[in-house]
Parts: sequence; C-alpha cells; structure tokens
Amino acid sequence: MTNALLPLLRLQGVHTHIGAYHILHGVDFDVPPGQVTMLLGRNGAGKTTTLRTIMGLWPTARGTVTFDGQAIGGDSDGKSGGQRSTPEIARLGIAYVPENMGIFGDLTVRENVLLAARGARSVDDIDTNRLEWLFGLFPALKKFWLFPAGKLSGGQKQMLAIARAMIEPRRLLLIDEPSKGLAPAIVGNLIEALRELKRMQTTVLLVEQNFNMARALGDTVAVMDDGRVVHRGAMAELAHDESMQQRLLGLSLGAHQ
Amino acid sequence: MNTVVATQAPQSAAIPKTRFDWIPLAIVAVLAIAALPLIGSPSTWLTLTVAGLAMGMIVFITASGLTLVFGLMDVLNFGHGVFIALGAFIATTVLGAAADWTSADSLVRNLVAVFAAMVAAMALAGAVGWAFERVLVRPVYGQHLKQILITMGGMIIGEELIKVVWGPEQRPLPLPEALRGSLLIGDAAIGKYRVLALAIGALVLVLMLYALNRTKIGLLVRAGVQDREMVESLGYRIRTLFVGVFVVGSALAGLGGVMWGMFQQNVIPQIGAQVNVLIFIVIIIGGLGSTFGCFIGALLVGLVVNYAGFLAPPVVMFSSIGLMVLVLLWRPQGLYPVANR
Repeated sequence: MTNALLPLLRLQGVHTHIGAYHILHGVDFDVPPGQVTMLLGRNGAGKTTTLRTIMGLWPTARGTVTFDGQAIGGDSDGKSGGQRSTPEIARLGIAYVPENMGIFGDLTVRENVLLAARGARSVDDIDTNRLEWLFGLFPALKKFWLFPAGKLSGGQKQMLAIARAMIEPRRLLLIDEPSKGLAPAIVGNLIEALRELKRMQTTVLLVEQNFNMARALGDTVAVMDDGRVVHRGAMAELAHDESMQQRLLGLSLGAHQ
Repeated sequence: MNTVVATQAPQSAAIPKTRFDWIPLAIVAVLAIAALPLIGSPSTWLTLTVAGLAMGMIVFITASGLTLVFGLMDVLNFGHGVFIALGAFIATTVLGAAADWTSADSLVRNLVAVFAAMVAAMALAGAVGWAFERVLVRPVYGQHLKQILITMGGMIIGEELIKVVWGPEQRPLPLPEALRGSLLIGDAAIGKYRVLALAIGALVLVLMLYALNRTKIGLLVRAGVQDREMVESLGYRIRTLFVGVFVVGSALAGLGGVMWGMFQQNVIPQIGAQVNVLIFIVIIIGGLGSTFGCFIGALLVGLVVNYAGFLAPPVVMFSSIGLMVLVLLWRPQGLYPVANR
C-alpha cells in the first residue's frame, strides 16, 4: 500500500449472504482518510453488496468492518462486537448514496435536503453557508428547490442525492455508481462536483463502472471479482497499465469508456 | 476554479410545477351533484349528503392510522378493528358514568362528557396499540402471511376480552341531550351529531396534514412510506417512528370507535370486525399509504353508502365494494398512489 496513514474504514475477511446466496467471500480492503478510493469490478462482482454491507443494510456474516477503529459490522461471536444497525452506522458520520439514488420522489427537493440534515428541525436550522455552497455546486437544486424531487431529471436527482450526503459534514461518503444512466456531458459535471469534494479532503468510497471517472477522481483503487478483492493499489498505477486493466476489468472496461 | 455547472439539462425547463391531482376530489363533488336528480328532493339530498360526509369523516379518522402503518412497514394490521371496538365500549362506560352530564340540558356539559370519553378511548386504545405492536406485530415483521394470521387472531382475542369486561350483549350508547335531533336548514334536517362529527373529522384532518407536512417527524413518516431503507441510511430509526405511528393510529381508531358507536347509538363486541371491512375498502380506494387518498376514499364511501341506502337499500352492502372495483379498474394503485412503492 502506498500510504502510511491509518485507514478510516477497514474491511477484513467480510462475508455477506443474501438469502440463500453467498455473495461476498472474504472482502479485504482499506479506505484511507482524505482520499477517494475507487471500488471497481465487473457487474455482479459484489461492489454494491460491499457498500450495503458497510452501511449495515446487509449483515456481515463473517469478518469485520471497522470504522475509525470501531467495529460496525461483524458476526456476533463477541469478538468483533457484532453488527451495528444502519441508523447507528449513519450517525457515526457515514453517508450513503445508493445506486437508485434513494430520492423521495413525493417530497420536494427542499424536504429531501432537510431530511438529510439530521441536526435541523426546519430548513432555517441548516447552515446557510453550506447550503449556498451546495447551491453553487449544484445550481439546479436552487432552481427546483420547491419542486417534487420525483420530477427532476436523472442527472439532477443524482446531484440531489450527493447534495443530501454533503448537507452536513460527514466523515465518509459511500457513493454507488453515480454516472449510471447519465449523459456524458452530465457525467462531466458530476466529476467536477466530486473534484470539489476531493479538494475538501472528503473521504469517499466510490463504486464506478465508468473508467474515465475512476481515473479522474481516484487516489487508491480496489478491484473486485466474484465477491473478493483481487487487486489493491494506486489508481494512477492502474490507469497507466492497460494490460492490468484488461486483466482485472476485462471487456467491461472498454464498453464503458 | 469553482465553475461547476450542475445539470441544467434542456429538459429541465419542462419540469411542471407541483401540481395537485384534483380529479379524485372532483369525483366527490360530481358524485354528490349527480345524486341530486336521482334523489329528487333537495332537502333529502342535503340530509343524505351531510350524513354521508359525516360518516366519511368517522371512517377516515378510523382508517388513517391503518394506511400509514401499512405504508411505513408493509404491515397489514387486520386487528385494527379491535381498537375501534375498544374505543366504543370505553365510551359506553365513560358516558354511562357521566349520565348526569350527558342528560343535562347544557351543550357545554354534554360536550365535556363526550370529549372525556374521547380522551379516555384514545389513551387506552393507544396504550393497547403499543402493547399490540410489541407483542404481536414486532415478531412477524416482513412476514405477510403470519402478520395476517396473528393480527386477526389478536382481534378475536381482543373481541373476547371485551366480552369478558363488558359482556356479550349489545350496549346502548345514547347521544347526549343536546346532540339529539336535527337542525332544520330550510326543509332539510341535518343531524346535530353529524355536524359535530364533521367538525371533529375536519379538525383531525387539519392536524394530521399539519403534522405530516409541516413537522420533521411528519416528513420522516412520508419519506418512510416511500423508501424506508433510505430513511434508515440517513440515520433515523424507522422502527421507533413506526411504533409512534402505530400508537397514534390505534388512538385514532379508538376515537373513531367512540364516534362510530355514537353514530349507531349502540355498540356490539363485533363492531370492530364490521368496520374493518369498510376501512380496508377505504384505504385500498385511497391508495395504500396515502393519507389524503384515505380521506377522499372515506368521503366517497360515506356518500355512496348513504345515497344507496336511500335509492336502493338492497345494494347498500355491495355499494362500497362496487365503488372499490370501479376505482381500481381506473387506478389500480388507488386514487393517490404513493410514489416508489
């Protein structure tokens, strides 16, 4: 590994079952603080399941998930302290942007943002500077502030989903395939917004299929295949080594460039 | 550096303003107007319409908790009727004990007695609801068949317990002195109690819409109905919220039971099972999880049942189910489908 800092998030031998299916078979990787860690891999490799396991939406069947030295996921054999619930995990300062964005379509943009600001009882309680900063980052949110979020375009919904994750300072952002289904020009905007986050030293764990986005944003990378991490290293190294890309990501890479 | 321009995609201009769906509300008005020529006499029509709206309000109060309970946790509580029965029987006890006040020739005293019965019914139904959730519903989260069986079982046991406490016979629940009889508006006789029922129903609706739309807890309930996993991911304990909604829903069913019992002027232990059918029809018509849909559905059912009772008494039993069939043929998710479900 290239960095000597203690990881903010660490997964050790994590196994996850969904019903009768054994999806993760011992996932190991670290997320260093202040960096963007990319989680890459083909469809079905277990990237989304990994994020959901970190969030506690699927329980960790074996192994441990540690956040800032504290066990948040693990079997209940007593050693690891067992599994924390999703709200508890969120309250430690982890924000999650799921693949489907998790927008409340019947609620307005304003109400969506208010819900994400746990400390605020009304919009007036939200830090104005932070709100203005988000509006600067995502002008569409200001424009459609009082509209039902369900009426936004796909790109705008994604902006709202990310803004929700940033409305209060969070220690770790888990973002699942934000570029999915978005037009290339909008992906460009999204990359710019995430770069701004990166400049603020936000720790991000980002799942992506879009390699351009991964190359533009990633500091470190973990590549998954069949429920395991098969490669860990610096993003720059992977970005410059086409044979490694070919070997680890196969055709799915070319298809998404 | 900060030249980020987020998606101002061309299609953004086409986004419509928040538009309220008026059609279901218009149907209530159209139904009422269409009934006028069929009934003939305007005064009879007015009497029936007020009666229908009052009945609708009572059904709405009773059913509103059920629709949120389903919307939040996918829990179909077939035992909801037991809180209605409980509320109605508590009213017989409280109003029986306050006979001096209910028979007094003073509207204020009568109302105080009625409100005392309502408060007692809500408090007890809410407390029993809390225990019901804890003991019966919690162990079967996510298991629909078991939920149906165990909540139905809960209702049967509740009904039997009511018989143990209050006896199996029908008990009278006479209206207090000042609420008997009718107000005459022209030739139309408007039941005094119906006016009170309308007022209380309107008050509950306003309070509920305020709580759901203007408070953070209400916001959480509305969000939880759409996507409970995301609400949890934002750091809120949806089960705590659910217990709160269950208790409030049970308390409102208790209130509905008091009002329903006074509407019928007598109470039988089977009242819960009887009303259960009606409230399930209402929440299905309204769109499961939708409070406003539940309100409109209740008004439609109240009007249809009252008009049918006058125009064609034999079809009364069928009329509410017929209405549900028609609504579902038109909107299979109910009048106001909840997004993301």
